[in-house]
Amino acid sequence: MRYSGLKVLAEGLRGNRGWTQAWREPEPRKEYDIVLIGGGGHGLSTAYYLARNHGLRNIAVLEKGWIGGGNVGRNTTIVRSNYFLPGNQEFYGLSLRLWEGLEADLNYNVMFSQRGLLNLFHSDGQRDAFARRGNAMVNAGDDGVLLDREGVRRLVPYLDFDNARFPIHGGLLHARGGTARHDAVAWGYARGADSRGVDIVQNCEVTGIRVENGAVRGVETTRGAIAARKVGIVVAGRSSQVAAMAGLRLPIESHVLQAFVTEGLKPVINHVIAFGMGHFYISQSDKGGLVFGGDLDFHASYAQRGNLPMAEHVMEAGMTLMPMIGRARVLRSWGGIMDMSPDGSPIIDRTPIDGLYLNAGWCYGGFKAVPASGWCFAHLLATDQPHEAAARYRLDRFREGRLIDEEGTGSQHNLH
Amino acid sequence: MRITCPFCGPRDRREFTYLGADVWAEAPGPGAGLDALDAWLHLRDNPTGEGRELWQHEGGCRAWLIVTRNMTTHEILSVDPAPGAGGKVA
Repeated sequence: MRYSGLKVLAEGLRGNRGWTQAWREPEPRKEYDIVLIGGGGHGLSTAYYLARNHGLRNIAVLEKGWIGGGNVGRNTTIVRSNYFLPGNQEFYGLSLRLWEGLEADLNYNVMFSQRGLLNLFHSDGQRDAFARRGNAMVNAGDDGVLLDREGVRRLVPYLDFDNARFPIHGGLLHARGGTARHDAVAWGYARGADSRGVDIVQNCEVTGIRVENGAVRGVETTRGAIAARKVGIVVAGRSSQVAAMAGLRLPIESHVLQAFVTEGLKPVINHVIAFGMGHFYISQSDKGGLVFGGDLDFHASYAQRGNLPMAEHVMEAGMTLMPMIGRARVLRSWGGIMDMSPDGSPIIDRTPIDGLYLNAGWCYGGFKAVPASGWCFAHLLATDQPHEAAARYRLDRFREGRLIDEEGTGSQHNLH
Repeated sequence: MRITCPFCGPRDRREFTYLGADVWAEAPGPGAGLDALDAWLHLRDNPTGEGRELWQHEGGCRAWLIVTRNMTTHEILSVDPAPGAGGKVA
């Protein structure tokens, strides 16, 4: 079924009885050409682009829970391409361009809103660093404008510009950045992949990976064995466990990242505002809730909830930046499990096992990467060659010393 | 989360700094080779259950500690001085 404004109007007049399921619920078959482990944003976009760009149809996406129930539904929905290093620049530039055409391509409203991302700075040194980053972004074909203090004040007058510790000197505005409705992104890709023949199998947990003579043969699941010529691991948050099924040990440590949302308020924050010095960022959802978060809890964790010290730190940072939110009430907080890699950048590569491919290590930047990750992983799976935009996301770059360390903090998993 | 420092007693988690898995405490010697360095610096078991980690009581006695912890429940099973941490256990 093709969605349109006219269709919404017609269905509204007919009591909404004509809508059909957005995707099928197929029984898993015994054999596929390609099995993707993980039905999150990246797995679904990979399946979609395998079908759309490479004409492949005999594909299963195996999801242990339900579509939209993992990290794709737990992030804070920010989309941006404001990277400094080659490797990241071409990849996130591609991703942002794909975001800009995504709704038309998927025929699905993902509520993509280019409301602008504003990164604040608080000193001369930080201004120089942001000017350099902005120039790098412009040189890479993305957008960035350096605003002075009054420029920031015109956009967001409610910040505490004269804070004693972090007075606001200006900001780097990335106007094409913004937000999207995260579960709609999962649903849109699921519907798009399903309509092209991909089987999306929910409640199907992979319990083993069959490897014979150094080549993958398929997977064991809670719904039986499934043979496959190629298997893609796309399970960020649990990558170490799934890779261990094939005997691989990954350069990944899992950490919890918390997020928070307030009760619904009238429109007040019209941008995504990042206050890096306080490890704090905030935006307002279309439903009205202020969505905000901070940094990792800094110790390894698989609990999808955080600890109170980081919750307290995030609230303090929010109050430092914009005291006006002090009377908003927090409705929910939650945590998601991040694949933290040693350089803060992801992995899209083959593995030492023939036919086994890895998409992992998204740290806390996975959501904005969903379109390009699927685009590039599909290219790798279909052609056995890395896509040019993801060619540096190699699994062996750590061993080889070719790190893509955007923050320059060195090989410690929790510092990125 | 509270951690019982073997030197100082039970303290708030905020007094402690996390480094990572306890492999950090076993740096390969000179000439160990690229694979050993790669494994030490990058590769991790990353367990969902029990794991041994290196923490420092930075806001207290500054001793390095081996904390055995459940990664899913955050339950702390034992805290011991890291090799070479010295001092006298209270």
